[in-house]
Amino acid sequence: MSILIDEHTTFIVQGITGREAVNLTRECLDYGKGAKIVGGVTPGRLGRDVHGVPVFDTVAQAVEHHGAPIDGSVVTVPPAFTKDAVFEALENGIRLVVIVTERIPRRDVAEMVELASERGARIIGPNCLGIIVPDVIKMGGIGGPAKDAAKSYTPGPVGVISRSGGMTTEISSTLTAAGLGQSTAVSAGGDAIIGSTYAELMPLFEADSQTEAIVIYTEPGGRMEADLARWVTANDSRLPIVAFMAGRFMDEMPGMSFGHAGTIVEGKADTASEKIERLAEAGITVAEEIAAIPEMIRAKLGARV
Amino acid sequence: MRFFEYESRAIVAKAGIPVGKHGFARTPARAREIAAEIAAPVVIKSQVLSGGRMKAGGVQFADTPDEAATHAERVLALEIGGHMPRGVLVDSRAAVQHEYYAGVVWDGIRKLPVLLFSDMGGIDIEEVAERHPEHVVSAHFSTLRPFADWQAKQLISSLGITGQALTRLTPIVARLARLFLQYDMTLAEINPLGELADGSFLALDAHMDVENEARPRQRALLAELGVGEQETRQAREPTAFELAGEEVDAQDHRGVAGNVTEFDGNLGLVIGAGGGSLTLFDAVRSCGGQPANYCEIGGNPSVAKACGLAKLVLTKPGVDKIAVMMSIVSNTRVDIVARGVIKACVELGYDPAEKIAIFRIPGAWEEEGFKILARYGVDYADRSVSLHEAARRAVERIGPQSAPVDGPQHDARERV
Amino acid sequence: MSAALFIDVEVDDSIAGDRELAAKLEEVCPVDIFRAGAHGLEIVSENLDECVLCRLCLDASPPGTIRIVKLYDDGAVLGAPR
Repeated sequence: MSILIDEHTTFIVQGITGREAVNLTRECLDYGKGAKIVGGVTPGRLGRDVHGVPVFDTVAQAVEHHGAPIDGSVVTVPPAFTKDAVFEALENGIRLVVIVTERIPRRDVAEMVELASERGARIIGPNCLGIIVPDVIKMGGIGGPAKDAAKSYTPGPVGVISRSGGMTTEISSTLTAAGLGQSTAVSAGGDAIIGSTYAELMPLFEADSQTEAIVIYTEPGGRMEADLARWVTANDSRLPIVAFMAGRFMDEMPGMSFGHAGTIVEGKADTASEKIERLAEAGITVAEEIAAIPEMIRAKLGARV
Repeated sequence: MRFFEYESRAIVAKAGIPVGKHGFARTPARAREIAAEIAAPVVIKSQVLSGGRMKAGGVQFADTPDEAATHAERVLALEIGGHMPRGVLVDSRAAVQHEYYAGVVWDGIRKLPVLLFSDMGGIDIEEVAERHPEHVVSAHFSTLRPFADWQAKQLISSLGITGQALTRLTPIVARLARLFLQYDMTLAEINPLGELADGSFLALDAHMDVENEARPRQRALLAELGVGEQETRQAREPTAFELAGEEVDAQDHRGVAGNVTEFDGNLGLVIGAGGGSLTLFDAVRSCGGQPANYCEIGGNPSVAKACGLAKLVLTKPGVDKIAVMMSIVSNTRVDIVARGVIKACVELGYDPAEKIAIFRIPGAWEEEGFKILARYGVDYADRSVSLHEAARRAVERIGPQSAPVDGPQHDARERV
Repeated sequence: MSAALFIDVEVDDSIAGDRELAAKLEEVCPVDIFRAGAHGLEIVSENLDECVLCRLCLDASPPGTIRIVKLYDDGAVLGAPR
């Protein structure tokens, strides 16, 4: 099984006529069993098509054309228009929104997340590459063109959650090379406020019978890792977790942001060393290098794999 | 982006929150005029974005306009934490009976703004929260619905505050919550919020940070405050090398090859993407390497941009070799980056095989990229070589730093 | 500007003066290698190394009239052989 999406998931691409969106549409259609992209939305482009996917002016038109509720949307429109696009998706019954766009002001992100929670929907991102279920489906640019994604991702027992899109692939590729496949890999986004944090994705992996261990990629900034540590302890999780922490050098440079908007050391709690300590207290192993992760996972799984 | 105190004061006043008589001066003469207008004892405060103003002598008390001018002259010439002041704030001195704290920040876990209030103002709120948690209260509020006065009232009253203080504090705190959202702040705090002998309240000092991502839509506010489009107000001023990096990145709109930060080692880094750069920078340091810089490539930059970045790093004094490394790419193309860094070497008259300590970028178009690298004899690695292993190889190849290089020291960067 | 290191573009004489085709090539090339000049097709040599091997110019012109040469690959040619 998988979390969030499977071969039956239907989705649309909002902003489908943009350069990157055209590419990711191709990639998703080609990957695994072929994504069911039931439409694209770009205002003013009704009647066009992108790789055979019909383009609409509104999400409502896409839903009407599909004739049934649509599960998800990949949103890749400029930052100033993202909130409106996400609201449109949510108000038209879409329950899983992957936001690729970066540089969206926090107030807009908070508004989108608040509306999603009122509508019983989930947001992944912003500033993310999406979700991939190896050999089955990918929703977003994660892993790149289908043939490249197939090199990095293989089916298996490890769930991956990462604040960096590129590192989701780097880690999965390392696992794949060591014979450890992935159940689902989620690029959760690099911003200070994201739709789904580690602690919010954990219950889904916990309920997924295929998943037997978790790898997370983390960075300085924010309290998401402390929140994960709290969740793991409070829920006595069955899933062993290995974490990799990048940006340790940032501890010496408070007030500066590197890599992603969400990385900024503002207080003691968001330094790398403090986070490593919190994670370790909750029984989460912290790897010094990516290459060490597969062995740590094997040690935790024992005879299971 | 952090606002200066005089700008924060203007924002607070604009929102209808009472402030004392004050003025901003860039010259002693103007400071004298403002002090004369206030016609009462004043305090002269250095306008810098560094902490520790009081300790450094950047805050002075003056009883007369002449004294204000004398102090202003001294404070205007005083460097604090590596920064020269923008000017001085000439502020009236209020007879404060009691100091409160009011602030708003984002909570990344609840994903909502959180309003903080304390009846122990004038000191750092984190310190109060640690030592006197019973004196700090907080409440999250919606971003979808307008902030209502009762939300502020309920929070303030939960500290046992009633009577005139409650009714006067309520609109001030509510306005602060509203301005936080209206102006896309990441921090908005009034500390101290002073209660005067007559029972009125004044915002005595305020700290405001606007989110960089929101600057395009806060242009009106920034223009009103006179904040230039180019002002980044980073924790420290960008170096000439870093500014040159910004120019490279701005030369065309394709992808990113920039976000350069200067360090003083001998190994030049041409690395990416966001998470990959963080991982690689750590990796180089953990195996004893001395990075000359931090940077990020991503989003499929042009050959010219990759070339420009590599040239910038290669010509930095003290740089012996560059390491070109990224986490597996899916959008950025291996062959394009390979062309860019080789072109940089060739055009500078260097042998790419000699100057590029290692090239480790696997992923999109790698077959084509590896052909180019092989042709120029550059040592390259595919995905079977981990990021840390690649960093190790680069550091081994370059050897120890021959002599210390003059350059900015980054170990003691001050928080602003 | 320095010479191209990685890519060369060869254009057949038969299309060099075709101004309509030149305009079309200027339009399709994502990295501005082709320019429609007063006398027909011009090659913008400083952009040659930006070629992304997309083949859009090959698709837009008569077969065999444009050849993309990979200088780094022993002169391997994209497009029909000579």
